[in-house]
Amino acid sequence: MVNLTIDNKKVQAEKGSTILKAAQSNGIEIPTLCYHDELTASGACRLCSVEITKGERTRIVTSCIYQVEKGLIVNTQSERVLNVRRLVLQLLMARCPGSEIIRELAEKVGVKSQPRFKPDEDKGTCILCRQCVNVCEEVVGVIAIGFSYRGADKSVGTPFVEPSRVCIGCGACAYVCPTGHIKMGESESGKERVIWDKTFEMAACKVCGRYFAPQEQLEYIGKKTGVPLSKLYTCVNCR
Amino acid sequence: MSEVNSVEKMELKVKDIIEKYGSDRGSVVPILQDVQKEFNYLPKEALNAVSSHLDVAISRMFEVATFYKAFSLTPRGRHQLSLCVGTACYVRGAPLIESNIERVLDLRPGKTSPDLEFSFDTVNCLGSCALGPILVVDGEYQGQITVSKTNKILKKLGKKVKTDES
Amino acid sequence: MKVKSFKELKSLREKISNSRDPEKNCITICAGTGCLAYGAQSLVDKFKAEIEKDNLEEEIDIRSTGCHGFCEQGPVVVIYPEKVFYRRVGLDDAAEVIHKTVLNGEILDRLLYTDPSSGEKIIHEDDVPFYKKQMRLVFGMNGQIDPTSLEDYMAIGGYSALAKVLNGMEPGAVIEEVKKANLRGRGGGGFSAGWKWESTRKAKGDPKYVICNADEGDPGAYMDRSLLEGNPHSILEGMMIGAYAIGSNEGYIYVRNEYPLAVKNVTIAIEKGRELGVLGEDILGSGFSFDIKVNRGGGAFVCGESSALFASLEGRAGEPRAKYIHATDRGLHNKPTNLNNVETWANVPLIINKGAEWYQSIGTENSKGTKIFSLVGKINNTGLVEIPMGMTLREIIEDIGGGTPKGRKFKAVQTGGPSGGCIPEQFLDMPIDFDALTKVGSMMGSGGMIVMDDRTCMVDVARYFLKFLEGESCGKCVPCREGVRRMREILDDICEGRGREGDVELLESISHALIDGSLCALGATAPNPVLSTIKYFREEYSAHMQEKKCPAGVCKELIRYKIDEENCTGCGICARLCPAECISGEKKQLHVIDQEKCIKCGSCKESCKFDAVIVE
Repeated sequence: MVNLTIDNKKVQAEKGSTILKAAQSNGIEIPTLCYHDELTASGACRLCSVEITKGERTRIVTSCIYQVEKGLIVNTQSERVLNVRRLVLQLLMARCPGSEIIRELAEKVGVKSQPRFKPDEDKGTCILCRQCVNVCEEVVGVIAIGFSYRGADKSVGTPFVEPSRVCIGCGACAYVCPTGHIKMGESESGKERVIWDKTFEMAACKVCGRYFAPQEQLEYIGKKTGVPLSKLYTCVNCR
Repeated sequence: MSEVNSVEKMELKVKDIIEKYGSDRGSVVPILQDVQKEFNYLPKEALNAVSSHLDVAISRMFEVATFYKAFSLTPRGRHQLSLCVGTACYVRGAPLIESNIERVLDLRPGKTSPDLEFSFDTVNCLGSCALGPILVVDGEYQGQITVSKTNKILKKLGKKVKTDES
Repeated sequence: MKVKSFKELKSLREKISNSRDPEKNCITICAGTGCLAYGAQSLVDKFKAEIEKDNLEEEIDIRSTGCHGFCEQGPVVVIYPEKVFYRRVGLDDAAEVIHKTVLNGEILDRLLYTDPSSGEKIIHEDDVPFYKKQMRLVFGMNGQIDPTSLEDYMAIGGYSALAKVLNGMEPGAVIEEVKKANLRGRGGGGFSAGWKWESTRKAKGDPKYVICNADEGDPGAYMDRSLLEGNPHSILEGMMIGAYAIGSNEGYIYVRNEYPLAVKNVTIAIEKGRELGVLGEDILGSGFSFDIKVNRGGGAFVCGESSALFASLEGRAGEPRAKYIHATDRGLHNKPTNLNNVETWANVPLIINKGAEWYQSIGTENSKGTKIFSLVGKINNTGLVEIPMGMTLREIIEDIGGGTPKGRKFKAVQTGGPSGGCIPEQFLDMPIDFDALTKVGSMMGSGGMIVMDDRTCMVDVARYFLKFLEGESCGKCVPCREGVRRMREILDDICEGRGREGDVELLESISHALIDGSLCALGATAPNPVLSTIKYFREEYSAHMQEKKCPAGVCKELIRYKIDEENCTGCGICARLCPAECISGEKKQLHVIDQEKCIKCGSCKESCKFDAVIVE
């Protein structure tokens, strides 16, 4: 176990764990946006920034990546930290004016929007948190979506902005998306699902008859796990 | 020549290039540069071929192809104009040259004319600062470029523009 | 011909030296990218043809070399052994240079450099004011070698440092020497190279990598390019020595896409190095094996950042990652990696050959050795200069650079590229070193030194750098991706007359959050040009915001072009060329610009031969 101080509170944390984890286990809240327990931390949103002091040196780091160290002094509410947090939320509110989640988070933390930032109209509610891309690669494994371009033009989607050959329509990306930017639609009957401009035929559960997963998703799971396809036509409720 | 035939030829050429680099994934940027040199741009079929030969997901190929400024996913013009807008050339007057070219060619930097005659882009420092401002026209360096010299060049390349030779 | 031992290398070097006559006439022609743009290749061909035509090969050697540094005066020709310095040499001069100067000792005045202050014509290279104050320890070798010739490199002592290291120095001793010399990174970070080597050596992991960062993205900086083009072996030798010290067998040189000649010359050098046996297995029989691969960038400034460079070498988009764990522990492919800049590597053979003590005798207390700068912009003697650390800005800009052209007034010098700041006149007598530059709000950076005069708008310069970084931001983190463009938008407003009260304070506030919150140095240093121009040129910001004026006469929306009735002769050229057709006037009468239609393209001012168009 590693001994460190967070917001003047002496805490202990497992060696190798991050400051964020250490804080959370000790009841100290640090706001996050791009962080997901099951996915590689990218440090992209900078919202979880904290001020650390090690010996004589003080600097700002992202708590989702920085590992705990013996004797580390962490401040989650210093002026420098609050300034970073404020700017990040103001920038995101300007980028995604239509996002309720961002607005609520800003309100919770006491940040008002910056009138001098002209709101964007073409970014939807995508904050480029990278969770969709990460889940598709690390959990699902089809690597159907990714980034393109760079800077403010950076965007997430399928290659060539066309329906992807490898997307299995599982919807994991839509599920993890913190702002609901990724749209997944189902037809009225439930027989079809549309995501990233690709239409999927849904398979029906052989027990209850509900359309529950795209045919392609089941085929992929079958190939990946070796479980025969015929055994996969049972929905989660009926298992 | 059927379309399938030319795609096959493209794939063979791409395979050659990849093997030249030892099929090493780390060389994807130089590989794409050679592919672009061969085909004038990066056709979708070529990217698909690189993706399958290197065993890299096509979404990652697309990311690399769009991240780096050297690559173009659309065919480039017969004439390529690159204006240096590095700091030294900038303070020596490159912005006026830039707006002049934009106006005459009706092209923003990074774009190609619809008739595929001209591609115009700006580059950040060619390292020939003594000649600044510099305009590279089809690989040839035109140093100490002025608005009037630019217009003479554009006129020679077929654009209707006023010059002081009449 | 392969050498398999130190003895064989030594005899090969002796053989090469003995076969060369230092007194033989040699015409060296600069063929760096700059002079090539002036047509140097045709010049080289012309000289060769003339020599052949008159069967003078036995008497005169021709050598095409890398950059000599005095780019303003290209094409440059230096004639050995006397080192007669000819500039702006044309194709028509070749025959006379050969027959009059080389064969007859007759100097061609028209090709000599004239000292602008004394009017004196200078004959020898070392007396040219541009070179006199320089200390060209690293860069000076360019003029003596053909970069594609390994023999030339050996003739000037090349690979003797490698031999010295492999034949009697323990890796630890090599590191101590480099640490003692206090060689600090020449790429911008200024971090101790010796310490980095030591950390990499100590790190756990295998294989270890040694990398040369030749991405040189700062606009206006081209020192690394000229070193790599002109003396690639010096970098290879430095890397070999570093790899031996660190315990690495694999090296990479990452060259930016825009440097084809550098890629070509370093690739040839590597091939020749392998042929000779200084690269590959069991080098010189020492048991140490090392080889180098060249990789190219794809046009991304951010790839000069080490973790982004690694990503690019791994075949991915150049996105940096958090550097809480150093590259020396986990870098390329998550293995211990030592990355150094081109110029840093080039300094290594010198330090080994001449010793750390010698190196320490040059420079200031904390910045030893020399630094190569690209002196560009509003300067008379544009080119690459190498000076000992501690020389003042004034000496560089006035004595070496010849001051600002056309008698205009010096305003500022920008160093450190987009991560640096603008230094005003009051600091001209400041001795340059890493720490001094940081203290005034700028930084050494890779060595770009852009001189600005009273016709440069400092607010526009801040905007320029932000625009540059906006286009180069990888887009991963929120502060840089969103913050830099918002700052640029505010600067657009200021430059275009829409600045609002509180804008400067807002820029400062965003700046501090960017410095603290950005994922990598691109975002964290992006505010520097803005903060330094606000600090030293606040009055220009005020003029733009309150008076809606651009004192330097640059920002289009705040200036207008006017025809001065004193000088206008009514020749009508401006009216003929005006693309907006907004100039009217009778022949030989004062012409007038219609301000409503004027698009501020500058054509009229450029074409007027009477200086009658003014900007106000």
